Amino acid sequence: MTSTALQPTPAPPAASDGQAARVPVRERIASQVQRHGALAVLVLVVAIASATSSTFPTWNNISSILGSNAFVWLLALGMTFVIITGGIDLSVGSMFALGGVLGAYGSRHGTWLAILLPLAVGAAWGTVQGLLIAYARMAPFIVSLVGLLGLRGLLQAVTSEGATTYLVPAHSWFRHLGAGTWTPVLVVAALFVLGAVLLTRTRFGATLTALGGNEHAARLMGLPVERAKVLVYLLSGTLAAGAGALGGARLGSGVTTIGVGYELTAIASVVIGGTLLTGGAGSIGGTVSGVLLLAVIHNLIDHYFSQYGSAFTDTVNGGFLAVVVLLQTLLSRTQQLE
Amino acid sequence: MTSLTWPGAALDRGRLLRLLQEYGVYAALVVLFAVAVGLDSSFLSTGNIRVQLYQVAPTLLVALGMSLVIGTEGIDLSVGATIALAASVVPLYAGYGLFAALAMALLLGAATGAVGGAMVAFARVQPIVATLSLMIGVRGLAEIVNGNSAKPITQSGLLDLGSRTLGGVPDMAWIAGVCALLTGLLVRRTTFGRQLVAIGDNRQASRLSGLPVRRVLITVYVLSGVLAALAGVLIVGHGAEADPANQGLNMELDAITAVVVGGTPLSGGRVRVLGTVAGALFMQLITAVLTQHNVHTSYTQIVEAAIICFAVYASQERGTR
Repeated sequence: MTSTALQPTPAPPAASDGQAARVPVRERIASQVQRHGALAVLVLVVAIASATSSTFPTWNNISSILGSNAFVWLLALGMTFVIITGGIDLSVGSMFALGGVLGAYGSRHGTWLAILLPLAVGAAWGTVQGLLIAYARMAPFIVSLVGLLGLRGLLQAVTSEGATTYLVPAHSWFRHLGAGTWTPVLVVAALFVLGAVLLTRTRFGATLTALGGNEHAARLMGLPVERAKVLVYLLSGTLAAGAGALGGARLGSGVTTIGVGYELTAIASVVIGGTLLTGGAGSIGGTVSGVLLLAVIHNLIDHYFSQYGSAFTDTVNGGFLAVVVLLQTLLSRTQQLE
Repeated sequence: MTSLTWPGAALDRGRLLRLLQEYGVYAALVVLFAVAVGLDSSFLSTGNIRVQLYQVAPTLLVALGMSLVIGTEGIDLSVGATIALAASVVPLYAGYGLFAALAMALLLGAATGAVGGAMVAFARVQPIVATLSLMIGVRGLAEIVNGNSAKPITQSGLLDLGSRTLGGVPDMAWIAGVCALLTGLLVRRTTFGRQLVAIGDNRQASRLSGLPVRRVLITVYVLSGVLAALAGVLIVGHGAEADPANQGLNMELDAITAVVVGGTPLSGGRVRVLGTVAGALFMQLITAVLTQHNVHTSYTQIVEAAIICFAVYASQERGTR
């Protein structure tokens, strides 16, 4: 959460609010709301929930919110980087599932293979996507859509059409990586902190923001635009596959049907967190708020509406997402040039 | 692309890319069809062709709406859920006749489109996010309406719509064909079509020059919703059951793929309706050829992915998104 306060390293072509002193107060408030809007809504929702429900603030409930989804949140971390460059990665849901299957398969031959095999495949696939986007100049939407389809295919091939389920051996040390509440939360928190440092404190992070703000200008400045793009998709693919493997460790097996639609949840978290889909502005802290907000809302809806069935839950979820997105867009409108 | 090449070679390469971009999808369609017939001459049988037409008709309808939305530099992820919503009301109104069911379904499709369109046009929410929230919510709504179970359809009017043929061609295919023709005329021959393309090309310039940007945007999403709902009714009629939990799943991705393979750039400003028709047929053919030769689904998906990738590389204008 601390990273919300960190400003992106000034990158001339991308700095939309560079001269803060001259910006009218209203726009400054709007910009703060956009940056911290998800956090404000999160605090509000948690406060109301704690006050009105006796079961919400219990340790059991909180640990189930944190522990059960923790690894999925890594998809949103990778997606933040991708979206800041103005790209999009639809392949992460499929990659999450494939990572789980590869992790479970690898765990039968040792914990190291269980970790390295998914990471290697994720990195390789991410690199290919990045190369196609950076050098063949294909649209990220299409390239990663192909990833979404192709990785599902690969997954089916690895599991012989889903007929084979790889179990993580009961005694394997790999299982510890996903067990309990604290291990997943610590792993995810550490990676988010690393991500925030990478984005706000390194030359690479500055390049990404500049590239998303104005690719042409970034190129003219001599920034390594192509390399940065490839690295971003490599990062996203590796994170998604790694998250899948850890999820597999938690579940004790590679589940082939998992991960459908996760890419959209990740995109929603990032956008709710205030990162612009057009690229050039965004923060890891915002994504943390977005991710937690979605998780808490989901938990509350489950709590209050689960007796009406999952269809009802979905409807409320969609409606809520629409309201949040609408609010965020309206609040941040002054930032848009149109 | 390459700055230091021999001028003649650069010209040839540019011309080749342009040709591929314009006619690549048609050439690929012809080649693929020839390959399909060459591998198995029974592919040409009327029975098989008819099956392919039944399957491609709903996808084509959805893709037509999608091509209009993409023309305005938008995207509509809610079409699969709209199909489910349309499917869910069909059993409720089928008792009052085909037209009552159809009217209700189309009305709901229009309403879904209007909500998405309003979010995009008035609140200026990014299309992918606006329609994503609809995609989640509307499918839930569809399952609530339907009571969470697949419902069989017995009314003859609906079943006829999904199974009857006219002159050997399925009614569904005729409907899709007429819609394609109308969409083409809409884009090419009407003021609305020109406004749509202008908005996709440069929204701010369109706004400054006084085009009714909001009205056009809403209309486009409404049309997309209506076409998706029509596809939903056809799917229900053909399958003889309404199953909102499963019908229309991933249809948004199929439609986007057909549009993009057909050469409409995701960056907007251009709509290629005939290309979309060819794109939908092309994707249908790939699936048909691979499944008919007993290629496992897993490999089918991989091959499809690779082909889309190549088709897009060859045919798409170099865009950023």
